Amino acid sequence: MNNKPIGWNGKTLMKMLEESEKYIKETKSYYGIDKLKLKEEDPFEYERAFASLRGALVSARETALHVAASPIVKEIGELCFALYTPEGDSIVVSTGILVHVHTMSEAVKFMVKEDYEQDPGINPGDIFLNNDPECGNVHTTDVQTLIPIFWKEELIGWAGGVTHQIDSGGITPGHDLVAAIQRFDDGVYYTCRKIGSNDKIWKDHMINARRSVRTPFYWELDEKCRLAGDLMIRDAVLEFIEREGIEYYKQFIREVIEEGRRIFQERVKERLIPGRYRAAAFFDIPMKEEAWQPRAKIDKVSNQPLEIIIKNDGKMSLSFDGASGPGANPMNCAKGAMEGGQWVLLTQVLIYGDKVNDGAYFAVETDYPLGTWCNPGDSSLSYQSPWGNLIPAYTGMMKCLSYGLFSRGYREEIVPGYGFTGDAIQGGGIYSAGPLKGERWSLSTFEISGQGLGASGVRDGLDWGYAMWNPEADLGDVETWELFQGGIPYLSRRVKPNTAGHGKYRGGANYEGVAMIANSKEVDFFGARDGYCFHGSGGMHGGYPHATGYRLYAKKTNIQEIIQNQKEYPLGDPDPSNGEFEKLLEGDIVRKKYCTIYPIILENNDIIYYALSGGPGYGDPLERKVESVKQDLNNGIYTNDLVYNIYGVVAEYDEEMGEWVIDKMGTDIRREEIRAERKDKSLTFDDYWEQERWKITEDMLSEPVKLMYSESLNLSPKWAKEFLEFWRLPEDFQLEVK
Amino acid sequence: MVKYDKKTLERMINGDLTWEELKPIISGTKDPDRFDKIIEILQEKVSWDEKIILPIHEHLYIVSKDDKRIVKCDCGYEYGDYKENWKKKCRINVRDTAEELEEFYPKYMASDPDWMELREYFCPGCFTLLDTEAVPPGYPTIFNFLPDIDAFYKEWLGRKAPDR
Repeated sequence: MNNKPIGWNGKTLMKMLEESEKYIKETKSYYGIDKLKLKEEDPFEYERAFASLRGALVSARETALHVAASPIVKEIGELCFALYTPEGDSIVVSTGILVHVHTMSEAVKFMVKEDYEQDPGINPGDIFLNNDPECGNVHTTDVQTLIPIFWKEELIGWAGGVTHQIDSGGITPGHDLVAAIQRFDDGVYYTCRKIGSNDKIWKDHMINARRSVRTPFYWELDEKCRLAGDLMIRDAVLEFIEREGIEYYKQFIREVIEEGRRIFQERVKERLIPGRYRAAAFFDIPMKEEAWQPRAKIDKVSNQPLEIIIKNDGKMSLSFDGASGPGANPMNCAKGAMEGGQWVLLTQVLIYGDKVNDGAYFAVETDYPLGTWCNPGDSSLSYQSPWGNLIPAYTGMMKCLSYGLFSRGYREEIVPGYGFTGDAIQGGGIYSAGPLKGERWSLSTFEISGQGLGASGVRDGLDWGYAMWNPEADLGDVETWELFQGGIPYLSRRVKPNTAGHGKYRGGANYEGVAMIANSKEVDFFGARDGYCFHGSGGMHGGYPHATGYRLYAKKTNIQEIIQNQKEYPLGDPDPSNGEFEKLLEGDIVRKKYCTIYPIILENNDIIYYALSGGPGYGDPLERKVESVKQDLNNGIYTNDLVYNIYGVVAEYDEEMGEWVIDKMGTDIRREEIRAERKDKSLTFDDYWEQERWKITEDMLSEPVKLMYSESLNLSPKWAKEFLEFWRLPEDFQLEVK
Repeated sequence: MVKYDKKTLERMINGDLTWEELKPIISGTKDPDRFDKIIEILQEKVSWDEKIILPIHEHLYIVSKDDKRIVKCDCGYEYGDYKENWKKKCRINVRDTAEELEEFYPKYMASDPDWMELREYFCPGCFTLLDTEAVPPGYPTIFNFLPDIDAFYKEWLGRKAPDR
């Protein structure tokens, strides 16, 4: 028990947090600061001071990752460090995965509000561990280590580090589980737990942690990696204070956060337009056939409506009012996940720069309605794979901001959306032969960090090169992945045609891969991606959504015979209606229209297929330059039949030249035909309205769609009112859900 | 202060800049006079005389006409009050069968029409495709953007809107 408060000037941490919250509420500025005194008095010193702290954090990250062994941390850098005020507001962050700009902040605030100062006590050298989404995390797979920083007897801040685990001991192997439906399936939970003192992790904790996960080696070294980074940050902060003085430090950290708040509002005023922005995104959760657990056997569309208001002072408010309910699936999102998602996008689209901190957090008001997927208010639910809702939902934010960027003239900054970070294939098994016989391998590929980006307002989206949700990463070295998932070697990887969203500027394209199970036993395999629904909120200004995913695998194959006889084997699935699997393989070939599947058991010589996501398009495809379409054909981005149907381009392959040749006159005629078809086939708004309304009133909606409407109507009076008014339905209208 | 000449910006919105030319524009500090220059370029491009107040789409503009603010297509078609969703004046095609979806996407690579349909909104004047909506059947038409024009001009640009 501590009797003497550890906050500033004899205050408790709880008192400091209360004061901080009061200042923001009453003065609208951080800690009531109206002038950036230090910056105004000596801007060079101020910037130098900031750069020294920022540099220390980047350096801590770059050094600490070498302590880790997990390829997710070491190879692609899925880690991040941050420095916080005593109350838990982020001051400065390292490079890395910026989903955590604010997540660890909530963990510190949780400890302050729970009065950890009294029990279990916060002392110099203590180490705390957190991975609980209800306390400011995204999912149990992200693990945070926080240490307090003291100057003499006062707590002057916290250093925090987070890494993404390969496995956290959930119901099945993997890092983003599909089969988790309750908290008890999510893996090991550490809810802001003290796990060490005197800068040393306690032995009993490490014994427990090692026995709680499937990959103890990676877990242990990841813990040491985070602690090493935190200790480097602590050293840098203490050096800073010795150099600048404690009073400078205390004033400085307040001003930097207030400056972060002002930067955000100024950037909004520089790039956007005040007003109301709306978008709606969706994700299919097809669990009726897949789930093992009876209460999880539900097919559902998740409704993710987003409204953003940009106010006259540059403040932003964001609301998911109308969202669907949570459920017995792993895609529920706690506040930490929602705020993490918000920062992933804002730091890339609007407030990129080195002065990203919680100042920006204070400039955004959020409404995550209680009882919905984005704030279930029920800690017994699973929060293992919030991405199923988060990733598509925040495409709406991209689209909303893009409307503002367009009107302001910054068309080059537009990104109407991005591909789902998938196909997130996962699982693992045990080597049954070879030098690692008996050892476990994990399938946790981060090839998903190379997705198709949406088109901008002036050019095509980036192909296979960017994942909005893993901006720190690239898709990695395939040989490195094979080192730790050696039981599932690749057979191929190549560009998959027709993944890119159509448009005047097309979305980014992506590729596909085939792999086989070898030298293994007890292999689990599962994956997740959009399938029944197009991902997110689709294209913009006439652009189309990119293609959906689907599931394809083959069991009991004759691949060994094929290899022995050096025959042709499938290298992909370029035309799913005329599949190479069916043509070249013997075995049980399974195709599913949806892509998210529960784990299945695979045996040696079984073959899996995966396809990564494209990005949405921008503008009317008929306005795409014919030369660009020719290039798409030559590069295998699109096939000739679709180019004819949607771009109105007539082309023929010239065998001698080895390229596609455009029929210019044929193209002109075909484009006029398409315009005429649009005129003939389209309805007036009134006729369309009647037709759509009829689907609702005459019970023509499918069960997953009815469930979606039913939840939104019951959860949000505002959303219900607009829905009923739009379709002129009675106030007591309800959809009957089986 | 960063500035780009009108020709460069015109080439950019036409999609004619090379990557080497475009990259510094994306990466660099933004040019504060961009809005005015783009309006100037767009005003010269359209065939009608109404003053553009705010571009809201590749083809749609909020313009001042008879003291009213209306949405107008560059083809000349007028959608009426900008506070009403312009999509309600569009011609619309709904792809809600597998056959219609597979005209644009390979088998297995489009939504299942029981779960999601694809709506195409065309300008009734020129039949340019103005928007698509990928939504479950029965979803209300989305009103994407309602700007606060006077706050923008008065409080952010420090001047009156052109029609005030």
